[in-house]
Amino acid sequence: MFEYNFHWRPVFKSLPDLLEAALTTLQVASLAMTAGILLGFILAVSRMRETGLIYWFATTWVELARNTPALFQLFFFGFGLGALGFHLSPYLIVLAGLTFNTAGYLAENFRGGFEAIPSTQLRAARSLGMNPWQAYTRILIPQVMRIVYYPMTNQFVWVVLMSSLGMLVGYRELTGETQFFASKTYRIFEYFAVTAVIYYVMVKVILVLSKFCASRFFRY
Amino acid sequence: MEQTVTVFSGFSAQDLLFLGEAALRTLWISLLSIAIGSFLGGIFGWVLYESKNWGGILVNPVLDIFRSVPLIVQLVLFYNFAPIVGLNLDAFESGLVVLTMYTSALVANVARGGIESVGRSMRIASRSLGMSYWQDMRHVVFPIGTRAIFPSWVGVALGVMKDSALVSVLGYVELVKASQVLITRTQEPLLIILVVGAFYFVLSYPVSRYSAKLERRWSQ
Repeated sequence: MFEYNFHWRPVFKSLPDLLEAALTTLQVASLAMTAGILLGFILAVSRMRETGLIYWFATTWVELARNTPALFQLFFFGFGLGALGFHLSPYLIVLAGLTFNTAGYLAENFRGGFEAIPSTQLRAARSLGMNPWQAYTRILIPQVMRIVYYPMTNQFVWVVLMSSLGMLVGYRELTGETQFFASKTYRIFEYFAVTAVIYYVMVKVILVLSKFCASRFFRY
Repeated sequence: MEQTVTVFSGFSAQDLLFLGEAALRTLWISLLSIAIGSFLGGIFGWVLYESKNWGGILVNPVLDIFRSVPLIVQLVLFYNFAPIVGLNLDAFESGLVVLTMYTSALVANVARGGIESVGRSMRIASRSLGMSYWQDMRHVVFPIGTRAIFPSWVGVALGVMKDSALVSVLGYVELVKASQVLITRTQEPLLIILVVGAFYFVLSYPVSRYSAKLERRWSQ
C-alpha cells in the first residue's frame, strides 16, 4: 500500500532517551506551573485595587501574556534579552517564557475565582477577629481553589504541550530530543509518531491524577 | 572595480513591507483555518451532542488527540506523513490542514456546550409549536447557542491565530518565520521581535477586550 518502509527499530532503540526527555518536559512544566501559580496569584491580587503602578504593571503583564503567541514570548526571552546583553540558557528561556505565559493566564483565572466569592466572606472572617493573612489563607483561598482547580489542571496540560516550543530555542525536552534523533536518522515520521503517543499518555495520566487528587482535596 | 557585498545590512523600509506581507500570510492561514475549522467543529459538536454513545466512543477520542498532542508535533507529523500516503502538500497546505483540524477539535467541545446550554423546556416548546427537528435547530438552538458560546469561540479563534505562528516550523513564511529571516540578516533581534509582538497584540487585544465587554453585557 505504501511505498515507504517504516523503520521503527531506531526509535525503539532511543526510547529510553525519549522517556528521559519526557521526564525533562514534566520537570520544566511543573517548575513553570509552580512559579506561574505563585506569580499569577500575586498578579491577581495586585490587580484588585484598580489604580497605581503595581496595577498597571500587573495588567500589562497579563495582557501581553494573553495576547501574544507563546512562541513570541520564548523568542523574546531568547533573542530579545540576548540583544540587551542577558544571555539565558535554553533551559532558562523555556522556563522564563512558560512562567511568564502561565502566570498571565492563571492571573485571569484567579481573578475570576476571587470575584465569584461574595465579599461578605472576607468581611465575616475579619469581624470574627482574623487578620487579613488568616482570612485569605483559611477562608478565601480554599474556596478560590475549588473554583480554579479544573482550569488550573487544563492550564497545566497546556504548559506541558507548550514546553514543546523548547525545540525551537534549542532546549532538548521531549520534542527537542525527538527532533535531534529524527534529524540524525531521517526517520522523522516514526520519531514524531512515538513522541505524539508519549505526549498523549502524559496528558491522560495528568488528567486522571488530577481527578483523583480533586476527589481527595474536595471531600467535604 | 568590484562591488563589495555586505552580508548584514540594517533594517530598511523594504523589510517593513516584507513583514507586512508575512503578516497578511499569518492572517490568511488563520482566517481560513478558523472559518473551516469552526464549521467542522460545529458539526462535530452536534455529533457529540446527539449521539452520546457511539459519538463519544468514535468521535471524541479522535478529537482528543488534537487536544492532547502539541501542535508543533502534529504539524511535523502530518507534514512528513502526507507524502507517505501519496499527497504532495506544501507547507501552507499541511499547515492549513493541521490548524483546521486543531480548530475543529477545540470548537467541537465549545459547540457541544452551546447546544447543551439551550434549555430543555425551550426545545420542547419549539417542538410542540410544530417545528421540525431542523427548524428547531435552525431557529431556536442556533441563535441561542451561538450567543452563549460566542466569548469562548472568540477565545479559541484568537488562540488559533496565535498558534498559527507554529506553522513557521514547516517553513511557511508567516510573521514569525519572516522575523527570523530578518533577524538573521540585520542582526537586530530586539527591534524586529518587538514589531512582530506588537502586530499580534494589536490584532488580539481589541478583539479580546470587545468579546469580554459583550460577555459582561449579555450576562446581565
